[in-house]
Amino acid sequence: MREAGGVIKGTVLPEREKGRNKTWRRIVLNWELYLFIAPAFFYFLIFSYGPMYGIQIAFRNFVPTKGIYGSPWTGFDHFIRFFDSYYFWDLLWNTFSISLYELAVGFPIPIILALAFNEIKDGYFKRTAQTITYAPHFISVVVMAGMIITFLSPSSGIVAHLIGWLGFDAPDFLTDPRWFKTMYVFSGVWQSAGWGTIIYLAALSGVDPGQHEAAIIDGASRFQRVRHINIPAIVPTMTILLILNMGSLLGVGFEKILLLQNSLNMEASDVISTFVYRSGLVDAQYSFSTAIGLFNSVINAIVLVVVNQAVRRTNENSLW
Amino acid sequence: MPMMSTMKVSGRDKIFLAFNYSFVILAFVLVAYPVIYMLSASISDPKLVGSGEMWLLPKGITFEGYERVFQNKSIWTGYGNTLLYTVVGTAINLFVTLPAAYALSRKDLSGRHFFMGMFIVTMFFGGGLVPSYLLVKELGMVNTMWAIVIPSAASIWNIIVCRTFFQTSIPKELQEAAQIDGSSNLRLFVSIILPLSMPIIAVMALFYGVGNWNSYFSAMIYLNDAEKYPLQLVLRQILVLQEMSAMAGGTIDASTASALNNKAEIAALVKYAVIIIATAPIIAIYPFLQRYFVQGVMIGSVKG
Repeated sequence: MREAGGVIKGTVLPEREKGRNKTWRRIVLNWELYLFIAPAFFYFLIFSYGPMYGIQIAFRNFVPTKGIYGSPWTGFDHFIRFFDSYYFWDLLWNTFSISLYELAVGFPIPIILALAFNEIKDGYFKRTAQTITYAPHFISVVVMAGMIITFLSPSSGIVAHLIGWLGFDAPDFLTDPRWFKTMYVFSGVWQSAGWGTIIYLAALSGVDPGQHEAAIIDGASRFQRVRHINIPAIVPTMTILLILNMGSLLGVGFEKILLLQNSLNMEASDVISTFVYRSGLVDAQYSFSTAIGLFNSVINAIVLVVVNQAVRRTNENSLW
Repeated sequence: MPMMSTMKVSGRDKIFLAFNYSFVILAFVLVAYPVIYMLSASISDPKLVGSGEMWLLPKGITFEGYERVFQNKSIWTGYGNTLLYTVVGTAINLFVTLPAAYALSRKDLSGRHFFMGMFIVTMFFGGGLVPSYLLVKELGMVNTMWAIVIPSAASIWNIIVCRTFFQTSIPKELQEAAQIDGSSNLRLFVSIILPLSMPIIAVMALFYGVGNWNSYFSAMIYLNDAEKYPLQLVLRQILVLQEMSAMAGGTIDASTASALNNKAEIAALVKYAVIIIATAPIIAIYPFLQRYFVQGVMIGSVKG
């Protein structure tokens, strides 16, 4: 082996040297491109990698006056304290169940809607329906929370009135813990299902019309054509989005939850990220909160890798 | 026989189409109704809104809600701040995103894979809330505009979308011709590439602009002076905090809230008006720009 290596070294080095010179020439020639990339490079270095470096306070007892280096190491104490706490399982359960609920409801609806849009040939109706269903995507999360609160108000909200007209008593959606997850998930569907169709419609527009013509000649019904031509055409998009969604299982839409949270629905609405916010920025337990945040990110990364691996074993649509 | 089978097929298809149209119409109504309801509620007599008598079209028309909103100083301050943060923030976003995306689209950039890899990692792993907060604090940006616009200066997703655009829509010959002419990369980018890239610049300005306009969280954690609050934070006080503290039996802490009339009905009227005023600029321009937004998502969906 060593001899072989020597032989390769002897014959290839000049080639490689030439390659290196070429690389250097290219770098010098394109020096401006490095200037182009510099703002983004420093931005990610400082504002993404900087905080990653700061993660070490999860293993220290961070005291602001002493700085990161002056604070004493504590090992895994903060993690152990979190795992042993009485709220650990509640937080984990709420986070997972909200995410899975959201995935189960929010993932298929844009797909069905996109398939339905795609079957409509009337241009004007289709365009109007698309414009209207896309629009809620642009409503801010604060306004969304405000809308939810006013619509679901038990005394004056329109939803309570509608349920009352049907002859039922409306539950108090905003304060009843049993309703929190449903409220969160379905308001999310209302806001983003329409926008979510775009990516599938793009995939559907790439379907070869010849396939449909051939299927029509073979006597396939519209429904059969959707099932056997259109759905297979969007499977790659579906797979990629599913992997990405799984990768953020513990990263639920924290901004909206934070806004809809109140002391009465806390047992169902407190998730890891809102807890990190409260313990870290409200109660200033910097190290403890960072440890919980790190736990969250690590689980996310593991889920992403595992799901991607599982997908890669069954088909070729994995992320990497 | 062939006739028969065509007939049968079209019969099945009719049922399918009927279902399909009903489904789309249902989705349409479910999305449109809350929007129409809010528009109507914002100009209706709050008593009729609260009792449920007004459920679709405005009843007992009044503009008091809007009048009160227009008189409210903190909403106007918030509007002004949001405009400032959105314009400055979006300018920074474009300045960071476009040149980087162009450089990454060039096959002759050595180290391209290193940069791309370094950026993409941040999509899946981050330092988390507290380390980011401590960093911004350390940099002395707390309670300034910079805490809002700098930590969100670029999104890796948008950089990828732009890079895909540059790779697929700008002919490579242009770059080669410019290099033969001996013009620099800077000149090539500014006077040839950018003018050809107006569609993607529009898409990026819109994506980033909407994001900046709608964001509240960084303002909430980094800003202390109410004078500097963006609109979304003022809205949070009016729409969320006031309501939540009333429900949980706490005290109203928002100065904005007490500045408005505290009678429940008037407060509700103001809420609808505020929702409309805060959302109108974006919803009103969106149908005209829909093409660009959709284009942006589509470019992003091309695996590259």
